[in-house]
Amino acid sequence: MALSTVTEPQRYLAAQIRWQPIEIAFWLATLLPFVLTPNYLVLASHIAITALFALSLDLILGYAGIVSLGHAAYFGFGSYTAGLIAKWGWGEPLTGLVLAAAAAGALGYVTSFIIARFRHLALIMITLGLGLLLAEAANSASWLTGGADGLQGVRMWTLFGVFPFDLYGTTAYSYSLVVLFLAFLVARRLINSPFGLALRGIRENAIRMPAIGAPSPAHIRKVYTIAAVMAGIAGALLAQTTETVSLETLSFARSADVLVILILGGAGRLYGGIVGAIIYMVARDQFSGMNPQYWYFWIGTLLIAVVIFLPNGILGGMARLVRSERGRA
Amino acid sequence: MIASAFGVLFDGFAYGMLLFILSVGLSVTLGMMNFVNLAHCSFAMLGGFVTVTVTNELGWPFLASLPVAFLSAALVSVAFERVLYRRLYGASDLDQCLLTIGIVFVSVAVAAYIYGTIQQPLNLPPYLRGTVSILGQSFGAYRLFLIGISIAITVALVAALEYTRFGAQVRAAVDNQRMARGLGIDVDRVFAVTFALGSGLAGLGGALAIEIVGLDHAFAFTYLIYVLIVVAVGGLGSIAGSFVAASVLGISDMAGKYYFPELGAFLIYFVMVALLMWRPMGLFGRR
Repeated sequence: MALSTVTEPQRYLAAQIRWQPIEIAFWLATLLPFVLTPNYLVLASHIAITALFALSLDLILGYAGIVSLGHAAYFGFGSYTAGLIAKWGWGEPLTGLVLAAAAAGALGYVTSFIIARFRHLALIMITLGLGLLLAEAANSASWLTGGADGLQGVRMWTLFGVFPFDLYGTTAYSYSLVVLFLAFLVARRLINSPFGLALRGIRENAIRMPAIGAPSPAHIRKVYTIAAVMAGIAGALLAQTTETVSLETLSFARSADVLVILILGGAGRLYGGIVGAIIYMVARDQFSGMNPQYWYFWIGTLLIAVVIFLPNGILGGMARLVRSERGRA
Repeated sequence: MIASAFGVLFDGFAYGMLLFILSVGLSVTLGMMNFVNLAHCSFAMLGGFVTVTVTNELGWPFLASLPVAFLSAALVSVAFERVLYRRLYGASDLDQCLLTIGIVFVSVAVAAYIYGTIQQPLNLPPYLRGTVSILGQSFGAYRLFLIGISIAITVALVAALEYTRFGAQVRAAVDNQRMARGLGIDVDRVFAVTFALGSGLAGLGGALAIEIVGLDHAFAFTYLIYVLIVVAVGGLGSIAGSFVAASVLGISDMAGKYYFPELGAFLIYFVMVALLMWRPMGLFGRR
C-alpha cells in the first residue's frame, strides 16, 4: 500500500488506527449467528478459530514476508498443551489457554532464532521441515499424544464456573469469538505501530532495513514469537471446544490450508484471514457431501485463479474495485 | 528381520537414484529461473499414469512405455509453462508456490477422478522380476536396472551440460541469468527446453517409481517433500549436488526404516533441517 501523498508517519498511523464504520459493522455482524443460524454455532466457532490461526499467519507472512509451510506446528503444539493440561486434571479453560499460549510462544521463540537467519527457498524448506519433524515426533510419542487415535479423555470444566461447553456450541462460539476479537485488537495495534511499519519494511526489502537502523532479525524474532503465541491460542481453543486433539492439528495439510485461506482472503490485510476463513469454511461445510478429492480440485482451481487474476486476494480485488470506482466518480 | 548392511546400502542407493531422476529437473530449472515449481511431482505422476495406462490397457511392453512417459510429461509441462508459469517469472516465491500448489491439488483430484484412489498395478516383464546373484550376493533385478538407467542418465546429463553448446547456454543461464541475456542467449527458450527435459525426466522417474514405491493419486504430494529435500540439500542448479543428496537421502531413509522403524520419517527430516542450517544454500550450492 503506497502512500499517495507524503504524510508524517505519526499522522498516517493515527489515521489507520481510527475505527471505520464498516469495521464496526463487521464485528457486530459476527454476533448474527446467535440469532440467525443457532444450529451452526459449532461451525461458527471453528471459523473463529481458523480465522485466528490465519490472522497469526498474516502477521508473519502478510506483514513480515516470512513464507511458512509449517505454521501448524504452533497450532498443534498449543492444541496438545491445552489438551494434556485438561487431561491431567486441570480443566479450567482460561488458565489452560494462557499456559498453551505460553508453551507455543516458547517454542516459537526458540525456533525464531533459526527462522530469522534464512530467506527464500531455504526458509520455506526449514519451516516445512520443522513442521514435519514435530508432526513425526507427536506420532512417535503415542504414549503422550495418543498417536493416530488422537488425545482421548480431555474434560473441560465450565467457563468461569458458569457456562458449560455444550453440544450446540453456544459457549464455544462466544468463547472463541471473544478470544479472536481480543487477538485482533492486539494485531491491529501492532500493525499500526512503528513496529508494524518496520515489519512491512522487512517484507519489501530485508537488506535495506538494517541500513536505516531497524534490526531485521530482532523484529523477525519478535513477530514470529507473537504469531506463534496466537497460533497456539487458536490450537488451544480448538482442543478445549472439541475436547479432543488429533495429529491432524500438526499436519502439513493444516499448514497448507491456512495458507490457502489467507491468500484467498488477502495477505497483508488485517481482515484477509478472517474473510478467507469465513468463505473457505462455509464452502467446505456446504460441499461436505462431496468427495474430499473433488473439494481439492476446486480449491486448486481457485488458487490458480487467485494468483493469476487477483494477486492480493479477495479483499485486495475489492479494494482495487473501490479505488477504480472512486477514480471514475 | 535384520537385513545385511550391504543389502540396506544397495536398496537405499537404488531408492536414492529414483529420487535423483525425480528431482534433477527441478534442481536445474529452480537454479536457472528461481521458479519454485512445487508441481514438479505432478508431472512425475503423469508419467506414472501414462505407463500404467499403456502397459495395462494397450498391452505395450514396460520398456516401450518409458519413452512415452517421458514425452507426455515433457509435452504437458511445456503447455503449462507457456500458459501459466511464464506469467509469474518475476513474481514472489509465495505466488509461485501458491500457483504450483494449486496445480498439485488439481492434478491429485483429476488422478483420483480417473483412476480412483487405489494403488495402481503394474506388470513387469519376467526379466525384471526376481533377483540376480553376483559374487554370492543377490540383488533385485529391477533395482539393478534402475541403478543402471540412473547412472546412464547422469552420465548423459553431465556430458550434455559440459560438452554441448546448449549445455553451455544452460550453465551460463544458471550462473547469471542477466549476463547470459546480455550475451545474446535466448534464456526463455533455453529455459523452456530445460523445463521440458526436466519434467520429462520426472515423468520417467514416475514411471520407474511404480515398482519401488507404488503409484496412487497422492503421488504428487507424497514425493514432493522428498524431491524438495533433495533439491534444497543438494543446492540449486547442481547436478552433482542432487546426485549426492539423493543418494544420502535414499540410504538414510532406507537405513532408518530398517533399523529404527519406530522413528518413522523423523530421521530424514532431521537430517534435512540440520544440513540446511549448516549450509543454507545446499551442499553444492553457490548462491
